[in-house]
Amino acid sequence: MSRTTVFRLHRTATLALLMAGAVVAAGCGRSNARLGETGDAAQRVYVAPGKYDEFYAFLSGGFDGQVGVYGLPSGRLLKHVPVFSQSTENGWGYSEQTKAMMNTSYGFVPWDDAHHPQLSQTAGVPDGRWLFINGNNTPRIARLNLTLFETEEILEIPNSGGNHSSPFLTENSEYVVAGGRFSVPAPQRDVSIDDYKEAFSGMLTFAKVDSATGHMAIAFQIRMPAFDYDLSHAGKGPSHGWSFFTSYNTEEGNTKLEVNASQKDKDYIAAIHWKQAERCVAEGKAKTEPARYAHNLMGEDGIARTDWGSSTKVLSPADCPGLVYFLPTPKSPHGVDVDPSGEFIVGNGKLAALIPVHSFSKMLKAIADKAFAGEDHGIPVLKYEATIAGEVQNPGLGPLHTEFDGKGNAYTSMFLSSEIVKWSLKDFKVIDRVPTYYSIGHLMIPGGDSRKPWGKYVLALNKITKDRYLPTGPELAQSAQLYDISGDRMKLLSDFPTIGEPHYAQALPASILKDRQLKMYPLAKNADPYAAKNEKSTRMDRKGAVVHVRMTMVRSHFMPDKLEGIQVGDSVFFHITNLEQDWDVPHGFAVLGANNSELLVMPGQTRTLVWIPSRVGVFPFYCTDFCSALHQEMQGYIRVSPKGSPVAIKWNSPSYHAPGDSAAATATGHGTK
Amino acid sequence: MRRSSRIAVAVAALLLLAAYVAPLWRIELIAPQYPEGLGLRIWVNQITGLKPNDLNSINGLNHYIGMHAIEPDEIPELEFMPKLLAAAIAVGLLVALIGRRVPLYLWAAAFTAGALAGLGDFWKWGYEYGHHLDPHAAIRVPGMSYQPPVIGTKQLLNFHATSWPDIGGWVLIASLACVVIVAGLEWRRARALAGRPIAVVRPVAQASA
Repeated sequence: MSRTTVFRLHRTATLALLMAGAVVAAGCGRSNARLGETGDAAQRVYVAPGKYDEFYAFLSGGFDGQVGVYGLPSGRLLKHVPVFSQSTENGWGYSEQTKAMMNTSYGFVPWDDAHHPQLSQTAGVPDGRWLFINGNNTPRIARLNLTLFETEEILEIPNSGGNHSSPFLTENSEYVVAGGRFSVPAPQRDVSIDDYKEAFSGMLTFAKVDSATGHMAIAFQIRMPAFDYDLSHAGKGPSHGWSFFTSYNTEEGNTKLEVNASQKDKDYIAAIHWKQAERCVAEGKAKTEPARYAHNLMGEDGIARTDWGSSTKVLSPADCPGLVYFLPTPKSPHGVDVDPSGEFIVGNGKLAALIPVHSFSKMLKAIADKAFAGEDHGIPVLKYEATIAGEVQNPGLGPLHTEFDGKGNAYTSMFLSSEIVKWSLKDFKVIDRVPTYYSIGHLMIPGGDSRKPWGKYVLALNKITKDRYLPTGPELAQSAQLYDISGDRMKLLSDFPTIGEPHYAQALPASILKDRQLKMYPLAKNADPYAAKNEKSTRMDRKGAVVHVRMTMVRSHFMPDKLEGIQVGDSVFFHITNLEQDWDVPHGFAVLGANNSELLVMPGQTRTLVWIPSRVGVFPFYCTDFCSALHQEMQGYIRVSPKGSPVAIKWNSPSYHAPGDSAAATATGHGTK
Repeated sequence: MRRSSRIAVAVAALLLLAAYVAPLWRIELIAPQYPEGLGLRIWVNQITGLKPNDLNSINGLNHYIGMHAIEPDEIPELEFMPKLLAAAIAVGLLVALIGRRVPLYLWAAAFTAGALAGLGDFWKWGYEYGHHLDPHAAIRVPGMSYQPPVIGTKQLLNFHATSWPDIGGWVLIASLACVVIVAGLEWRRARALAGRPIAVVRPVAQASA
């Protein structure tokens, strides 16, 4: 789609035409307008065999509840990290050690809709320690450890619904935040939905992040009017101490929001002075209210446990003057993005015909001058003219999100006109535009929402795929495009499919993370109470209808691999320790008829799977991860006898591992109990 | 012996102390699955992996072909080598102290013989390690043995093995070379002196000392 088409479309834009625009954009087909300008595109994204990508990119999995880790510029998938959703691949959320990660006050919730990854920051720069990500549906925030690329913590957010404006952390990772795209009764109770305005609240939650451990704890919740809080970003530099949340449905409709929440010309960006909130909480102005929520944490011993929260401190803006100000922003703003200097606050009014840019310094002056247009629910509303630094005119259709390159430019995604628009922070003029395929949602520049963007690439994370790849039936993978932004004009480099729904993403230079990776868990430090750290410690123990099996795995055998004395209906706990201390030698464990999953056990780690045999027989188990030349021989048998059978617990001894003993070992050496 | 020779022999003896703190030998193994390599360091009193878990990994891999696990606690050489080395240092210092040629010749011969015996023992250990295989091993290649080289490189199935002295080994070699060279120089000098009147030689020897 050419430039002139976009402009012409824009000039005649009405809400009706916006929709038509979307169709036109999608219908423009696969004319890679800019591809011709980048004859060297293949070279720019080619990472030679055995060479490494320049960036790690973390793409949220959206409705698959996971995080996808990709290399840029190649777009190669490096890892799929399970977070909120169970994974049968490695037993995440199924194994006894990881099940507690799925605990919520609603019980076991083994899935979620994961939207916004956020790399931890120090002084506003991604530091590569942790990755936080929100669960939208059952409000939660997860924390991944980036030396393990594993989820370590999941904190449930009470009094919330649709945890979308989250986790958007502050510049030293002091807080991660959680705001709901649904307002809900808080605490929950049985009320008429028609009483929405009176009975519902939009709670904005600030969870403190421990600077040493990364552990999260809910510090306070701010009880806001019943708007829908869509997205957020924290201030930085001069605006550090503030967080900004967009809102829509300031109309406070409770049905048919598509129309009812689109009536006002302007909704708000809520500026939250969280340093003021800290003062008010310290002064005892917050009320402690009961709230039950789960806090799931992976222990040093590799076992996840749940602590139950019983209350939160709730702060009302009325009790804490100076806590909240509303910045009127057209129209149903979606993303709110703060430029690297911390001065400009960009509202992306998804139904607006321009992009408003607020000034933080003007906002402070407007507050000092009391340049208020009025109040809404007792919260001061600043005058639009008093805070606005400029408006980007004719940017395109359907602005959603803006990232920055650190060189004075902003890049805004346009959902309806399906393009990225580059504009200047100096004069708010559009500099360049480039089509995306199709209907871009978020976009991501490595470090592009931080104080120090690595402004070399922008990645388009698209909502619609259509004809981009070989068709695969009705359900298609999502589509992403990588653009070079190192020059004056954006250049399309590559196009690659992604799994789940990559919603938002973060990236940082590989050099920050690459050399910090743990290659294996030290076996000597394995603190699992059921770990067998050598083959001689393997055993079976029966306690009533529960049988604990301490088993080891090493190339290329399990110990024991002949198990008897198990009865129908027993709960058999297979505690399996991988004795390997060699890089990239995981072993799998799969048993016939398992109703949960298989296990993938990393070197030095212990993982436990519960198996409840339902019938009499002899059942095989085997290693699922091709580990060695004799992987196929890595197998064993479990004899299952009828309930009450006299067959005793019995397993074979470890001695056949000792070379020279193998003939003798197969004939002798049974452990019994 | 000249004073410089005595100092050289004493220094050579003290150089042997390095063997207590630096590894003598290293064996490196590279395979397609191990681009980062595996390896062993042989010290005077222990065998360690080049990386923390290498010894464990090598033992794990070797069980496929029926090689015995390397258990440093069960290798007697690692027990008596430190004592032997201490004795060598003592003898070297004693030879320097005595300052006579005959003990020097004997010491040079014994040191050389000891070093050769050490290499021979290393070869023999490698031979047994590579040849005495478990007949029930999973992988049995007819005619194949897995003796690592003492010095140099060798392909052992999928592993490319390289064996070479490590820092301590080079210091030991330097020490031996020093003793042998000093002994040779002294021998030559003694022969040169044998044909001349003592009275004429004395002042020269003092001047050069």
